[in-house]
Order: sequence, then C-alpha cells, then structure tokens
Amino acid sequence: MPFIPHTENDIADMLAAIGVSKIDDLFDEIRSEIPVATLNHMPEGMCESDMTRLLTERMPDFKWGSCFIGAGSYEHFIPAAVWDIVTRGEFYTAYTPYQPEASQGTLEVIYEYQSMMAELMAMEVSNASLYDGASAMVEAVLMALRIQKNNAHKILVPKNLHPHYRDVLKSILNYHPFELIEWDYDKKSGRVDVTQLQKINKDEFAAVIVTQPNFFGVIEETDTLTQLIHEKNALIIAVVNPIAMALLNPPGKWGNHGADIVCGEGQPLGVPMAGGGPYFGFLCCRKKDIRQLPGRIVGRTHDAQGRQGFVLTLQAREQHIRRAKATSNICTNQGLLVTAATIYMRLLGAKGLHEVAKKCLENTEKLKKLLSAVNGVKILFDAPTFHEFAIQCEKPIEDIIVAMKKNHLQAGFVLKNNYPELQNSLLVCVTETKRDKDLEKYQGILQ
Amino acid sequence: MINHLLRQPLPNIPTTSELDVIRHFTRLSQKNFSIETNFYPLGSCTMKYNPRSAKAIASLPGYFHLHPLTDSADMQGHLENYFELQNMIAELTGMSAVSLTPMAGAQGEFAGVAMISAYHRDRHDFDRTEMLIPDAAHGTNPASARMCGFTVKEIPTCTKTGDIDLDALQKAVGPKTAGIMLTNPSTFGVFEREIKKIAEIIHQAGGLLYYDGANLNAILGRVRPGDMGFDVMHLNCHKTFATPHGGGGPGSGPVAAGARLKEYLPTPMVGKNNDGYFWLTQKECPKSIGRLSCFMGNAGVLLRAHIYLRLLGKSGAKRVSQFATLNANYLMKQLEKIGYTAAFPKRRASHEFIITAKPLTQKTGVTALDIAKRLLDFGIYAPTIYFPLLIPECLLIEPTETESKKTLDRFVEVMKIIYNEAHTDAAKLKGAPYTTPVGRLDEVKAARELDVRGVTDE
Amino acid sequence: MSDTPRDLHYTESHEWVRIENDDTVLVGVTDHAQHQLGDLVFVELPDMHLTLEKGDEMSVVESVKTAADVYSPISGTVIEINNQLSEQPDLINQDPYGRGWICRIKPDNLEELDELLDADNYEKIISEEH
Repeated sequence: MPFIPHTENDIADMLAAIGVSKIDDLFDEIRSEIPVATLNHMPEGMCESDMTRLLTERMPDFKWGSCFIGAGSYEHFIPAAVWDIVTRGEFYTAYTPYQPEASQGTLEVIYEYQSMMAELMAMEVSNASLYDGASAMVEAVLMALRIQKNNAHKILVPKNLHPHYRDVLKSILNYHPFELIEWDYDKKSGRVDVTQLQKINKDEFAAVIVTQPNFFGVIEETDTLTQLIHEKNALIIAVVNPIAMALLNPPGKWGNHGADIVCGEGQPLGVPMAGGGPYFGFLCCRKKDIRQLPGRIVGRTHDAQGRQGFVLTLQAREQHIRRAKATSNICTNQGLLVTAATIYMRLLGAKGLHEVAKKCLENTEKLKKLLSAVNGVKILFDAPTFHEFAIQCEKPIEDIIVAMKKNHLQAGFVLKNNYPELQNSLLVCVTETKRDKDLEKYQGILQ
Repeated sequence: MINHLLRQPLPNIPTTSELDVIRHFTRLSQKNFSIETNFYPLGSCTMKYNPRSAKAIASLPGYFHLHPLTDSADMQGHLENYFELQNMIAELTGMSAVSLTPMAGAQGEFAGVAMISAYHRDRHDFDRTEMLIPDAAHGTNPASARMCGFTVKEIPTCTKTGDIDLDALQKAVGPKTAGIMLTNPSTFGVFEREIKKIAEIIHQAGGLLYYDGANLNAILGRVRPGDMGFDVMHLNCHKTFATPHGGGGPGSGPVAAGARLKEYLPTPMVGKNNDGYFWLTQKECPKSIGRLSCFMGNAGVLLRAHIYLRLLGKSGAKRVSQFATLNANYLMKQLEKIGYTAAFPKRRASHEFIITAKPLTQKTGVTALDIAKRLLDFGIYAPTIYFPLLIPECLLIEPTETESKKTLDRFVEVMKIIYNEAHTDAAKLKGAPYTTPVGRLDEVKAARELDVRGVTDE
Repeated sequence: MSDTPRDLHYTESHEWVRIENDDTVLVGVTDHAQHQLGDLVFVELPDMHLTLEKGDEMSVVESVKTAADVYSPISGTVIEINNQLSEQPDLINQDPYGRGWICRIKPDNLEELDELLDADNYEKIISEEH
C-alpha cells in the first residue's frame, strides 16, 4: 500500500487500544444519509514504474534555443546548484515557519531574500513574497488605496501592462468601490501616452501603475513619468522585471522621490517556467508604510542568551489574527521559490545579474537587426527595448508560427487576441539562453 | 538611447563562490525541521509524506522548462494531465466541474466566495450581502468574505458537543443570506453531524454552501462534500495531495463546483473534444468570475498532485481517510490514558483532535505553548497551538496516515515525559526549547525594532 | 488583579475616560486590556481634528499576538494625541492611566458621559469575563 506503513498487527493493536473492532467503526458519527463514496470514476492506482512511464510519455518536448516566447514567463539559465539545494528535504518539506526555533533555516533565507530584493529595487523594505506578479500587483493597488490620503478612487492602468495582469486586477477588485481607467499607449513608440497623463487632474487618481519594461518589451521614461505622477498627487505602483533592474534604473530611484510601491514577477530569478507556476510575486515599499504591507515579513531579533535569530513579525496584521480586518486574506508566501531566488541571486551577485541582463539586451538587439533586414517584417515600435520586441509581418502570422514549429521553434506571442489593433503581430523574446545560431535560424525561417 | 535610464551604481549584492553558497545554504537547511527529518503532528496542515517520484517527474526538462503559452497542440500530454486531475478531483469531491487555477487555499477560497456572489448578482439578488461563518472558523474565511464585499455574521459553535448551534443558525438566515462557509470536519476536529440539516436550512433560505477543504484528508474517499450538500469548495494540494510545503509555499487551491455554480468557475480550465485537449477561456465560459492567475495556476504543484493521485488510485484514496482517522483516534486514546484532556472526549476524532491543556495549566502553570516548545527538544515539531481560538490552551494534533505506529508511540512517550515534567519541574518546560539552534526569541523586540533587511552574520 | 482607578469612567470595550476641568476628556485603554494584549509593539493614533461618533473605531493597539481596535467612548473631535506612543507603545503597558493616554477629545454632548460605566460596574464586567 503506497505510503501507508501499518502492518496487520499494528492495525489490530491500535483498534484494540481505541476499543473498536474495525476502522469503519471510527466513521460511525457520519449518518447514513450521506452515502459512502464509490469513486467509480477514479482510476486504480499505479506503481511508480508505470506512472513514470506514463508521465514521461506525456511530457512535451524540450530543446535549448527553441523558445522565443516571453510575455510574463522568461527562460533564463538556472545553475544546477540552485535546485539541488532547494530540493533538499529540509527546505522542500519544511512547514511555514510559525515555530521559529525549528525553522531558522527558512527564516534566515527569507530575511536574506528580503534584503536582496529591497536592494535590487532600491526600496526600503520587502515582504517575504506573494503568489505571483499579478496578485502582487493587486495587493499593491489595495495597499495604495489604504495609504493614499487624497480620497481619490481611480487607478490609471496602462494598456501596455500584461493583459492577464489587467484581467486578474478586474477579477479580484470587482467587489471594491473604485474605478480602473485605461491608459493608452503611443502607437509609434509603444510607450504610455504622456499627454493623457498630463491631462489628468490633481487628486483625481489614487495611484498610477508604471511598468518597466512594458508588455511590449519597451523601456519607459520612468523619471519623467514619476515626476508627473507625483505632481498629480497620485501614488506610483511600479511593476518591474527583476532582471531588468540589474541594468536599468530601479524604481526606488525614479524621479526625485522614487516609486511608492514596487511589485512584479520574481520568476526570472532562478525559477523555472514549469508550465506557468509556481512563481512568486515580490512587493516592496517604504519603511513608513510597512504596517500596510500584506503577506509575511521576517524580522531579526535575539533569544534570551543573546543568540541572533529570525521570526515572522508584524503578524497582527495578517488574517489569522485580524480576521475580517486583515490587510489581505493571504496565508502563504512562496517559500520554496524565494529560496531558489535567494540562492540564484547569491550565486550571480549584482555583477552576474548585470551580465545576464546585458546579454539579454545584446541578443535582442542582434535579432532585431537581423529581422529588420527581412522583407515583409517590420519592427512595430521605435522606442528602445529590453529583452522583448514586437514585429508585424505581411504574411499571416499563423503561417509563420507553423513554419517555425516545423523547425522546432516557438516563434513568440501572437498579439491580436489582446490587441486587435495589432494584426499579424508577434511579441518576440530573446534572453541570454540564445546563441547566434538560434537567431540566424529564426531569421532564416522568416525570410 | 537609454544611457540616462541605466542603473548606476549596481546594487549591493555580492557574488559568492559556489562552494560558499552550497555550504551556507546546506548549513541553513540543517537548522530546519522538515517532514523528511521530523514528525509533524500539525493540526489542520496535513503534513504527510511528499513522494519523491512526484518531484523527480516534475524536474524532467519537458515539464521543468515548459513555457505556459506553448501552443496547445505541442503540449497535449500536459493538458491531458490537467484534464485528468480536474476529473479526479471532481470524482473525489462529488462536484461537477473543477478549476485548477487558484494558486493557494486562500485564493481558492476567494474564488468560491466570489462565485457565490456572482450567482446571486446574476439573479439580481443584490440584497444577499451576509456570509455566515462559524465562530471557530479559520481567519482566512472572514477575510475572504470581506474581500468579496460581504459582511460577516458569526454563528456560534457549541464547545461541548462540537456541533454548530442549529437554533442560532435558523435565526440568522434570512433574505440577506448569501451563504455559509463551513469546514467538515470542523476546526474542532469533529464531524459536523447535522450537515444535511444545515444544508437544508441554508438552501431553503436561498443561500449557498461553501466548503473549506482544509480538512479533506479526514474524509477523502469516504464521503464527499458534494454529497453533503455543498455547492462549491476549494482544496489544498499542499495538504491533502502531498505537495511540498516548501517553508511556506507554494500551495495550490483548486476550486470545485456543483451544478449551481459550475459556470462561474475561474478560467482557464481544460476541455476535451474530438481533436484533443484545449483551454476553456472567458470566451467559452462567459459567466466565469475571471482569471485569478497570470497563467494557469501552479502547474508544477498540480503535476505533483496529479502524480500522487495516480499512484494512490481509487483504493489508495480510500485508505487515506481510513488510516488518517485510525492514527488520530489511536493517539487521542493514548494521550488520554496518560492524563491529557481531550476537548471532545465523547466524540470520534476525525483526522485530528484537540487536547486542552487548561487543567494542566491550572494545576502546574504549564501552558500549551510550553508543551509545544518542549516537544522541539525531542525532535518533534509542535502541534498547532491556540487554534481554534475558542478552546483554551489547545493543541490541535493531526498525525496523518503516512506515520507509522512506532512514530506515534514515540510521540506518546515524549508527551508522557512532558506531562511528568510539568508536575515535577515546570520551570524546565517554561524555558524550552534547549536543543534547537536558538531558544525562544524576543518577538516583541522584533516587532518594535523592525529589522527586516540587513547583512547576516555568516 | 487589574487596577481600576475610582475617579475614572469606563466602557464595556475596555476604554477609560478622564473628565478634565475644561470639559474635554482624556481617553486610553484599561489595565485589564493592556494585560490581555501583552507587550504592545505599535499604536495607530487617530488623526488630529478627527470627528467621531460614539463607538467609532478611533485607534488600533497592536501586540505580538493581536491587534485590537480602540473605540471612541463619546462623540466629539480629537484635539490632542499622545505622540510619545509612536516611539514608546509600551507606555500603555507601564502606565495605562497616566503616560499611556491615547488622545484628548472635545465632546459634542456632555450628557453622553452619563452613559459611561463607573469603576464598580466596570470591575463587575471584567470579573465576569473570567
């Protein structure tokens, strides 16, 4: 019996100790009006060898150099050490660190993560993480509404923010009394429309979301935007790519005062794409707002003997204590993923992260150059990009995707489903995992 | 073109050599308790064994490096896994349809409550603004209800019998009732015997029933929430389906619905037709409450849950509740024999049970916290303490079905030692733990002086 | 045993009220309350000039294990707040009726003070809680 260690003798002894004759007796409080499950549509169990065979047969193909899709999930090389350590049983099967004396390993890792994340974003404090970038952004919006004093209840949301993030925002904030206003983008540059921002009134908006880079891979003029937004008395919620922050100006340094709340998807930091999750969302803010920060936070302290130790702190804000008045209903932090990110960041250091970011940029520029030389292919936006860019083709995009597939390439993300104004267009991502031969192959198929 | 946008200087994150990284993190890991090293009788958390084969398969490149936006045609096997998992969960829970996208229990809970809200609004029943929640419920329940715009009305539970006060429930329902959020077995660790009557009362008043799946391990394969009258529920893969806790996450909280609520399930889900497997999106599910996850939920966690269920199969699933319940009842009896007080001595334990240390506290001054801390000295992770809030000095103990009689007997032995120590050397218990890397930490200092970032000593 | 000064007034939600000579009132939380809460780590003070109805949430006191709302015992306007509590929240633990005061309120209606409990009645309530 898989995972049940009891022998027949064990069972007999235990039943005797309890004072019943069979296990079924232990369910005698469940009235017969509730039928016992038959589970007729449940398959019978499999042995490990059969299961391995089946799951391996169902496994999709994988080849390095084939994936040119980004759109919120990014292929980066993860050094072997990262997941070797993360999957140690002591990290992998540890519980939430509510008993700190038994969880110093996990707690210290999270403290390191908080420190590095805050440093990477140039913000004062970071929490222990949330589920993913989209939900972190939702929490950032809710937090902005809590700390904003101007009583405004409009949020400006860029159209060139990831479409799925905008969907999640609508799904979760459906029950809250405030308005999401769409911020259009400039069709030439791919950047947010500054004139629309200039036209909004002071105190009209509680918060404005600024992305870096935006969904099209385009790099925004974050200093200019920050100045303008703060002049309008709105808070800035920065949604950023963490690898990009090793190369570009981080949100804590935007404009004169920096962004107010920073969030984003942490997956690029040592977490595999794994079919869409688990990932982790990061959330950073100023120290003065720390009590409004949702999720778990680890703090450093000492025990009675003066030994340094780490604990979950500020738990009084969380659901298990405040209940209906909690800052959020969130229970979890993405402990395992945060451990991976921490090891990844430690292994690479700022220098290594910078190298990865630079390589992403270089490879993207290379492919851009190669593709702009192809007849019938247009680079859609003229502003600088990071590791993604949009192209528009004369041939139907479906045909291009099929041709790429035949050559074992995943061409990119088709844009028209979310941006009907961008017909026959593709969002192409190039990270440091690509080699020149991959880029030449891509160009070759397009020609 | 972007020089003015470049970062200067680089962040202060030092590069560490690979050997130093391996040593540092390996040593840190050794400071942790974990299922693979210690017994974890944490009530309400279901710390069962996480199969290594699940981890091995999930680590294979085809699954590990899979981009979520891969064309469906190129990942039919992956979609088949999702589809099969949806079906298995529906069969285990007695529900009609399942969405695997919520990324944790709390999100699955939010989804369930949001679906109830959508149902009523769809019927222009805008006055249904109240969600009924037992006073013993977990804190996420009222928090989720509030996030969906409901006001919370608390229903008292009898701390003597463990059942919900049916009279109070009858008085509390009315035209404003949107529904009720329940766990069964309840947070008291006992089965809600009147569940059919409760379902009747709520349904008759026009409300719906949400099931918090935290305690599903107690009934897995035995009885099903759908058959008890629940309209929607969430599950916790990291509890019932043995996916790893990872030091606080990731979880995964699929949501399952019966006929009334299935059209509101969050997207995307996997469908099947003659051409194969495909994603069901907002287009195919116009009444869906929408997307909760950027992609399709925690695919890596769901894969592990799927593998676990395929290994278990029909008979294995039935054995889960049988042996979880056997282990819990055995422990409860053995602890009572030593002198501990069960909170519900006349009731069957479900997969967990509550010991109240109040008599011990009154006699010796030793609290549930002291017992918990002293257990750590014996290499046993403490049970859940001070939850549910209604039982004073409580320890909520859940052994799970994957623990052997030998492990349970050792736990009983240790609890006996602690019981004796309480009577002979209470001060020792109050100073525990002694053998862990640190002793009791100054949590007041941590909250007052807020040191949440910095350089660690090593 | 909790301290319950005779010359103060009280609420069922464990706030104390001192009526001053100028008809303003000082408000804080009782010794019983601070004992239940444990070591306080943070106090969220009301904003200056905040107008309150009797029973409104006015402040939050936070310990490691819980965060409790403090309710306004009367209707009125906040005219003074104890900023020292920002640096030293434990003043409430050390001296709940003295240096641990939370704020000063100018009452809208002095008759509302008659609805408050006296020391004897408050003591009855807290003894029933055990």
